[in-house]
Amino acid sequence: MSSKTVREPLLHIVKRDEIPAKKAMVLRIVAFLLALIAGGLFMLSIGCNPIEVYQTIIVGCFRSNMAIQATVKIMIPLVIAALGVSLAFKMRFWNIGAEGQIIMGGVFASYFALFHSDWPHWVLVIVMFLAGALGGAIWAYIPTFCKVRFNTNETLFTLMLNYIAYYIICFLRDGPWCDPNSPGFAKIATFDDNATLDKVLGVHSGWIIAIILLVAVFIYMNYTKQGYELAVVGGSSATATYAGMNVKKIMIRTMLISGGICGIGGMIQATGADATLSVGVAGGVGFTAIIIAWMASLDPRIILIISALFAILEKGSRVVESNMGISADSSAVLQGIILFFIMGCEFFFRYKFQGRAKKGSE
Amino acid sequence: MDMLIKFVVAAVVAATPILYGTLGEIMNERVGHINLGVEGMMSMGACAGFMVGYITDNLFLALVAAFAAGAVGALLYAFLTVTLMANQNVVGLTLTIFGVAIANFVGFYMISRSATKSLKLPENITSALGSIKIPLLGDIPVLGQVLFQYNIFVYLGVIIAILMAVYFYKTKTGLNVRAIGENPGAADAAGIRVTKWKYINIVIGGGITGIGGAFTAMITAGGVWISDCVGGLGWIAVALVIFASWKPVNAIWGSLVFGIFRILKYYVPKNVPVPIAIYDMLPFLVTAIVLVANSIKQRKDNAQPASCGINYFREER
Repeated sequence: MSSKTVREPLLHIVKRDEIPAKKAMVLRIVAFLLALIAGGLFMLSIGCNPIEVYQTIIVGCFRSNMAIQATVKIMIPLVIAALGVSLAFKMRFWNIGAEGQIIMGGVFASYFALFHSDWPHWVLVIVMFLAGALGGAIWAYIPTFCKVRFNTNETLFTLMLNYIAYYIICFLRDGPWCDPNSPGFAKIATFDDNATLDKVLGVHSGWIIAIILLVAVFIYMNYTKQGYELAVVGGSSATATYAGMNVKKIMIRTMLISGGICGIGGMIQATGADATLSVGVAGGVGFTAIIIAWMASLDPRIILIISALFAILEKGSRVVESNMGISADSSAVLQGIILFFIMGCEFFFRYKFQGRAKKGSE
Repeated sequence: MDMLIKFVVAAVVAATPILYGTLGEIMNERVGHINLGVEGMMSMGACAGFMVGYITDNLFLALVAAFAAGAVGALLYAFLTVTLMANQNVVGLTLTIFGVAIANFVGFYMISRSATKSLKLPENITSALGSIKIPLLGDIPVLGQVLFQYNIFVYLGVIIAILMAVYFYKTKTGLNVRAIGENPGAADAAGIRVTKWKYINIVIGGGITGIGGAFTAMITAGGVWISDCVGGLGWIAVALVIFASWKPVNAIWGSLVFGIFRILKYYVPKNVPVPIAIYDMLPFLVTAIVLVANSIKQRKDNAQPASCGINYFREER
């Protein structure tokens, strides 16, 4: 017999056992550092000193109380939306619709901010909070219902709903909710002071809500029966069915919570950060949140860290733009590079390369 | 009549970049990879195409650059999702964030270095981008104007769509590739090189998408570089893939429908009480309805290729 069989490739991929969490973290940090180096090379190539850029980013975020407050302000919606989508993702429900759910939360809350601003402050805030959650939950319910009933593809449907929601704001801005006193261009009126969130330590109180949600989601995921159920559904819906769980019910329940949390994020953006409902109320946060949740392995504690990192990059790059004359888009470029590296390194958590078996060893 | 001709011509021009994006995404999804980076790859193509055109004043080189930039973005996506098996949605979204940002970044950089603080395409390329009247056919009254007097992108897009349809439905390779999208394990067992064809399709798809981006930078924006020139068209393209039920020929007329949606607001008489936002919403609304309707009817032939979103790991089949 000739030995001319199909040759095994030099390297092939095999599954490995779960690597310990600590080692995974080290790998991530290595990937992060490599990404910073890659980003630095990119900056060098256009004639910037990367060390100076990185330094400006860090200093720009922490140079004053105001700078820190601005960073925290960027961070709040990221954390909240990432918490929301992480619940859906844990269930392997690909909710790409956080953007739309944030918007609808903002829209629902804004209705009360615009037309019932005479209510007592605390009543109004609570109503707006609930309305925001309701708006997000409704926007999450539509695709989930279609998923469990007709098996509609949730990734594509939630994606479409984002844009439908976006144009709902445009519609409200141009028509029914247009501020008649606005000069020139159409916009929605600035909310009455009574209808905006109070400031605590210089930042709107959304940060308190974010922390409460963070703790709540952590407990819900790890220490409750419902959290356990959704993890089982995510692992295998067949297993869940066999164990007697009502998968459809769990799916709808979880998505109502997931959308509701995103909706709260929208309410906080509108009534806290912007004090109006602008078309940019979500402004890509819903998409960034998906990335954050995934990078954090859906762990609320890591979500906090990664959101902080993203916020620092974003705030810092604005300083870089004004100080060094490079576009603030450098923040998103860097984000992209970091993400590509970390996503690449995650491969090594689950798989490893194995060399070709030596001759005679088989 | 003149109005109608103008309307159709405008719709075709509005449709063209979406057509490219859609064709590229069909290439991706046909091998089971949903690539949400269309917007990013279009932006990369827009930037590379425009800048090369700006510097060399040569349309051919600009198109090659646009294709190459889109393909590089797609290659990155392919490496991460095919070889390293990273989550497709997350990588795609990252590619969008990265692509849009790098295009704007480079544009900003080029503007800051230019003497006039603005970038305008030079003369040769601008004239090459004008309408090309096809001899004889272009002289037919009305029909000639509606069908045979467009810029090069329009013809190229239709040709690519037809070639792609032939590829997917009339060649053995196309059949194999579709098999990969439906069930990579079975395709692999049948001796089809899954990884190789995934890479080829994703990268070529990315290149086609990049050309669509160049259209937005060079034609829609009128030959002057502006930030965010793709402006969300990539997402409309993703919607159109569903509307066209993953078929290249459907993408041709589907993009025309979406093109009409895009320009309708400029042609509807002012006294029609439909808010502008509704027109902009139409592509997404219609797509969502089509998506749900197809799932209710459980039409397999109009559904997304079955393995979309799930990475293929050989040892787990």
